[in-house]
Amino acid sequence: MLLVPCPHCGPRNSADMSYQGEASSRPDPSSATPAQWRDYLYMEHNPAGWLKENWYCSSGCRRFFSVERHTVTSEFREPPLPGSKTAEPGAGTDRQGGGS
Amino acid sequence: MTKQVIELSEKSAKLSPVFRRNQAPRYSAAALLWRGVRNDSWPRVWREPQLKKSYDAVVVGGGVHGLATAYYLAANHGITDVAVLDKAYLGSGGSGRNTAIVRSNYLTPEGVAFYDRSLDLYNTMSADLNLNVMFSERGHLTLAHTDSAVRTMRWRAEVNKLQGIDSTVIGPDEISKIAPSLDTSPNTRYPILAALYHPPGGTIRHDAVVWAYARAADAYGVDMHQKTEVQDIVCEGGDGPDGKGPGAKVTGVRTSKGDVSAPVVINCTAGWASLIAAMAGIQLPITTHPLQAAVTEPVKVFLPTVVVSGSLHVYVSQTDRGELVFGASVDPFATYDMRGTLDFTEELAGHVLELMPAVSQMRLQRQWAGLCDITPDYSPVMGFTPVEGFLCDVGWGTYGFKAGPVSGEQMAKCVADGATPDLISPFALSRFNDGVLVGEKGAAAVGH
Repeated sequence: MLLVPCPHCGPRNSADMSYQGEASSRPDPSSATPAQWRDYLYMEHNPAGWLKENWYCSSGCRRFFSVERHTVTSEFREPPLPGSKTAEPGAGTDRQGGGS
Repeated sequence: MTKQVIELSEKSAKLSPVFRRNQAPRYSAAALLWRGVRNDSWPRVWREPQLKKSYDAVVVGGGVHGLATAYYLAANHGITDVAVLDKAYLGSGGSGRNTAIVRSNYLTPEGVAFYDRSLDLYNTMSADLNLNVMFSERGHLTLAHTDSAVRTMRWRAEVNKLQGIDSTVIGPDEISKIAPSLDTSPNTRYPILAALYHPPGGTIRHDAVVWAYARAADAYGVDMHQKTEVQDIVCEGGDGPDGKGPGAKVTGVRTSKGDVSAPVVINCTAGWASLIAAMAGIQLPITTHPLQAAVTEPVKVFLPTVVVSGSLHVYVSQTDRGELVFGASVDPFATYDMRGTLDFTEELAGHVLELMPAVSQMRLQRQWAGLCDITPDYSPVMGFTPVEGFLCDVGWGTYGFKAGPVSGEQMAKCVADGATPDLISPFALSRFNDGVLVGEKGAAAVGH
């Protein structure tokens, strides 16, 4: 279980949430090349470290939000306040702790 | 009696010439008796060699897939200058953490053909590799609790029958005959409407599979290096930084025990696959999720088959020692954290009691988690990548153990021939570029 810090509802059990995966910005459908579009659809960074990801607070405020979580230690970084601009997607994907 | 044993051991000696070639001792009843009488100790099962400066091929990851690949490279293709590197010990990842279930009743024709070949290899493994892997062909029941699940079962059964796989849909009466401990009454919250019965499915001792491949590969001269962590993959000529990325060529790996040059590097690292691929500048369509499992205290044998319920997210089998082994679906968020959680235990217990109310007094002994590399279509990523000499056998999610032997065999063929074998061509990384996905979610997401 994770306690996910929803910026609106506060910390809530991850079972109350719906995980939306890595935060990535959608390329402009009118100008994206097929390769860019496929990368957006399928490819993942999947880092062992800080990951910026999206959650949907499905049993609470029913809003989407981005938050940074460490995928090895399960710590969360302070979530951004509602309405504030969030960092660029892909930030915080430093790779560490990997190996054979 | 003794004559029979000797005849048997001679017969199996012909099946696997491996252990005569390098004078490694064969395992047999006669050898056990002989060493027992003379009070001889058994030699180490595999060597601990020094890391060489160069190899013909390096396999990253010492689990079933990596070891099988190394073994078949040596046994089928004569490529014996191979190193298997693992950052911990052999079988320390998913190979030693899965629930040891094998079956071939998948949903897509590609999947069925593939897993059926794997089951064939598992069937003869004890004789081929001269180590008892304790294959118990006890049958496999996948329960359906809803009309739509029954429909999917029928679909799977028909796909299976077309390909010659023994797989039928049976009703509650027959289910009760096969597994009387299941509650098939219509008054439960999730009544059991039907089941897909797959008699060739069963369980295998997963550690023994790891040891069997390691020992057989060692007898061919394959070097296995434990506690040797791959820190980087050395490439040249690529578009990305340090000559990595698409168009590059692999020249070797950098490990915690020194550099190794090799023209071929095979990534068999399951949950850690994205990290190893990133070292070569390759991005994979994979997220890492933990799958939790648990085991109870031992009781007398009462559950004769493997029982799976997709709707209740649980699969259960009883070991030879009498413990019930449970598995569930993967945790819903991506993480490399392998801690067990209470909400898993709670949910599991609730669902198991739905199926088998009689086990309510049993206690759980322990729980654990393993990392699963999940792809968007629940099919693996196998074969060549845009980096020359860098191959992947990853994306195995929750179903990697049952595919170990055939993956090793086909990956070895892939390396030796320099071309993708037909059996694994549907699973190429390029399918995501071409938009030809192999959707196995219906049969693979939970159903084990």
